[in-house]
Amino acid sequence: MTLDARTDMPVSLTVNGRRTAGIVPVRQTLAGYLREELGLTAVHLGCEQGSCGACTVRVDGEVMRACLVLAVQAEGCVVETPEGFSGDPAMDRLRERFATRNALQCGFCTGGMLVAARDLLAREPRPSRHAIREAISGHVCRCTGYEAIVDAIEAASHGGTAP
Amino acid sequence: MRAAPFAYLRPNSLEEVFAALAQFGDEAQLLAGGQSLMPAMALRMARPGVLVDISRLGELRGIALEADALVFGAGTTYSQALRSPLVAEHAPLLALAIPHIAHEAVRSRGTLGGSLANADPASEMPACMLALGAQVVLRSAEGERAVPMEEFALGTYTTAIEPGEILAAIRVPLPETARRTRFREIARRSGDYAMAGAALVSDEAGEARFVLFAVSDRPILVSGAPNLDAVLAGIDTEVEFFPDNHAGIATKRHLAGVLARDLLSRSALKEAA
Repeated sequence: MTLDARTDMPVSLTVNGRRTAGIVPVRQTLAGYLREELGLTAVHLGCEQGSCGACTVRVDGEVMRACLVLAVQAEGCVVETPEGFSGDPAMDRLRERFATRNALQCGFCTGGMLVAARDLLAREPRPSRHAIREAISGHVCRCTGYEAIVDAIEAASHGGTAP
Repeated sequence: MRAAPFAYLRPNSLEEVFAALAQFGDEAQLLAGGQSLMPAMALRMARPGVLVDISRLGELRGIALEADALVFGAGTTYSQALRSPLVAEHAPLLALAIPHIAHEAVRSRGTLGGSLANADPASEMPACMLALGAQVVLRSAEGERAVPMEEFALGTYTTAIEPGEILAAIRVPLPETARRTRFREIARRSGDYAMAGAALVSDEAGEARFVLFAVSDRPILVSGAPNLDAVLAGIDTEVEFFPDNHAGIATKRHLAGVLARDLLSRSALKEAA
């Protein structure tokens, strides 16, 4: 058996409800693909080594660092970015509370924070402040000091039960 | 920074994995969850020529209850293990430890087998598996062998895996009497690498295994448990302490004593679940 190792490969996946397909360099991360090929630039690349959380997306229902997944590894997957989640009342509440509580300044971390918060509310509809802090502990914000972000997530969780 | 160029291969079976390892030799690097390898590649600390992606292999998936062991496919993610009722019932130590591993978005992808094969001395899973008396199942084109954890972790990023072999499964033996477990990790922030950590497994017959991690070049099974004084003596004589970016030797030695007192005091042993 001789195996063929590739430097380019076809990939097809569903992103924010739309099917997409193309040929990608195997070296391209999922974050790079979402940003560069699909223009989904709310997926922010901060550290590109899994430390900052700004590129967090949901893949097949689980949150992941899009910089630590290759685009070819998302073959056949359902991916949701901060631009997605349309018609999701819990995400709508999170967005609204982030805005009204001023839970962002520069906005670089916000997309990842929202996806992590949405994931938390799916697992725990009424999380404690401690659980909220745990859930965003992998996300670096250099502006706000986190307090307003925790407030916003807490307020969103009190606005109703997440599905 | 981005990874140096590489070629990629996604085998459809273990047989193809073995063929890839034979064909590409030292150039080949297995990619499981990628939560350590991908950062290492981004930092150019790892520059594999050919990535062999085993993250989707069905043969490496699943948690099964056998007559004498709970068996984890190497590709089981931390999140899958944490959600598993079998883990809650038969290996609750893992459920205590997993929340300490990085963050949700890493636990959803990182794997038990990947953690053991990577053999980072600060990792939780090798320590827990050592405390549980687990065996690592290594497979190759020639067959398979089981290696006890005591003989598997050989040093920093160094294991008993031979060229051509792959870590396929982890066997956690089922105890004959009820097992109690405790786990504690000291880190500066939630999800950070441990400055020091410890796992304890004890049974009703009075047998106990106390393991320290993030203090040496591998997890250390300290003799004397559950007797606190014996363990403290063991920490003095049996543990070769190694410094890392998070703490020096004196701090790690101090924290080892703190962890032993915390997990092995009389009241702590009563509280163990």
